[in-house]
Amino acid sequence: MTTPRPAAANAPYRLPPPLFSARCKACWFVAAVLALVAASFWTLQLQWGQFLSLDALLSMARFAGEFFPPDTSPAFLRKVLVGTWETLAMSALGTALAAAAGLLLALPASRLHDGDAARARAPTRLLLNALRAIPELVWAALLLIAAGLGPFAGTLALAAHTTGVLGRLFAESLENAPPGPAAALRAQGVGNVRLFLYATLPQVLPQLMSYTLYRWENNIRAAAVLGVVGAGGLGQLLSFHMGLFHMGKTATILGAMLLLVALVDALSYGARRWLTR
Amino acid sequence: MNGATASATRLRAPPSHDPAWLGRVFWAGAALVLLWPLLVATEFKPWLLFEAANLKVTGQFLASFLPPAHSAEFLVMVARETWRTVAIATAGMTLALLLALPLTLLSTRVLSISALSGRMARGPFWLRQAVRGLLIVLRSVPELVWALVFVRVVGLGPTAGVLAIALTYGGMLGKVYGEILESGETHATETLLRNGSSRLQAFFWGLLPQNAGELTSYTVYRWECAIRSSVVLGFVGAGGLGQQMDNSMKMFHGGEVFTMLAVFVALVALADHVSAQLRRALA
Repeated sequence: MTTPRPAAANAPYRLPPPLFSARCKACWFVAAVLALVAASFWTLQLQWGQFLSLDALLSMARFAGEFFPPDTSPAFLRKVLVGTWETLAMSALGTALAAAAGLLLALPASRLHDGDAARARAPTRLLLNALRAIPELVWAALLLIAAGLGPFAGTLALAAHTTGVLGRLFAESLENAPPGPAAALRAQGVGNVRLFLYATLPQVLPQLMSYTLYRWENNIRAAAVLGVVGAGGLGQLLSFHMGLFHMGKTATILGAMLLLVALVDALSYGARRWLTR
Repeated sequence: MNGATASATRLRAPPSHDPAWLGRVFWAGAALVLLWPLLVATEFKPWLLFEAANLKVTGQFLASFLPPAHSAEFLVMVARETWRTVAIATAGMTLALLLALPLTLLSTRVLSISALSGRMARGPFWLRQAVRGLLIVLRSVPELVWALVFVRVVGLGPTAGVLAIALTYGGMLGKVYGEILESGETHATETLLRNGSSRLQAFFWGLLPQNAGELTSYTVYRWECAIRSSVVLGFVGAGGLGQQMDNSMKMFHGGEVFTMLAVFVALVALADHVSAQLRRALA
């Protein structure tokens, strides 16, 4: 019979774990990321030489210098102001249309109570996902064919993408609404339309409003650049004047764009602070 | 029994119509009036969509969607451009990360040594404010505008897209990384700093291990967004799937557009799925 070995006074000294082991998921993840990054840089053949050469740097400096002085003639400023208003109008109308269409599509896309068969739920959600998967700019390029150049196409593009986003969010909030009031009215034999209008909608309306305002904020930013494919607003002015190498005018438009985005950011930040105070 | 009916008649009869209908109708009307200038400014003329000439063009375009283009040559081209789209997003994200990391280290308040003893010294304070300002500027220029500018400088092709994503996403990552690092528990980091470790040591052994999961998860989410935006950047000539889609749209090749849209939606769904899986594994 052997006596048991006394326990070591200190925990045994361990070597650090090996750098790579086949059982370590994080190692595989890191290796995969590194491989993806290496493959990306290798296959893209980026023109760093051309971009970082003295020649290119000089031409870039010249290009940046051409932005100054920005064009601040009253006539042009008025044009930029009209473009800004057009951008705002596109975003507001696009969001409003999307909120209406999103609510209409959210109803078939949600299971409102336990007895609801909700046969249209899957196909409507598929439609919403398809609307959402295509970015605003691609919608705008597609809709130019049907609606022609101008802000109308941009408005429809914003509405199409936002309908997908809002419809899905609205459907989630409709399904998550507390079922009590609706069940009480249903037990009294109230019809589906009145039930929705007087029980479900009032409960979720604040949430729907906050989703809509949040998307409006996003859409203002999107509307500012949507025009580069010809769909109205500041973006259309930008691509027009940049195409003609009117650098002073381009600088003014870029300034207006940044100002608009900064203003929206500041307002939404302020509003959030004020609401959550 | 008699008393019960008496008390029931004393209750008010339920209103037979919505008591607030006047207000609702008024506000709906007011909203319509306010909508009018918007309709004018956006040249909102839905009937134009249904004019005979317009309907014909749209109908022809939609009809050309079917059958989707599926020649081997075309599919190989789509596969190549899809990979380029992913590659632009990945390369852009890598550069954005290289840009964001030093800026984050410079702008994090937690890593300030002078702030340990009450207020931060004036120099470091203004340095941090300046770095934050730079991040805000980088972030607030939309990537599409950066791409437009870089296409002018370096010409058509993926370089412009990579640079555009690198700058905008660098700003976004820098800002959010800073917020993540400052929102967590900073006790360990502070202890390290108080006991004389350097700021980099405090970052690598205190701040980073604590927040690594959240930081990686946000980076993966942004990579997913970068894939979406690299398609959009193609529309101004920054290479990838978007550029081919733009070309096909301009030539009214509906079948090609349809195939590429389908590939794009599948790509985004895949990136969405991968990113969700990774983030669940990291949580």
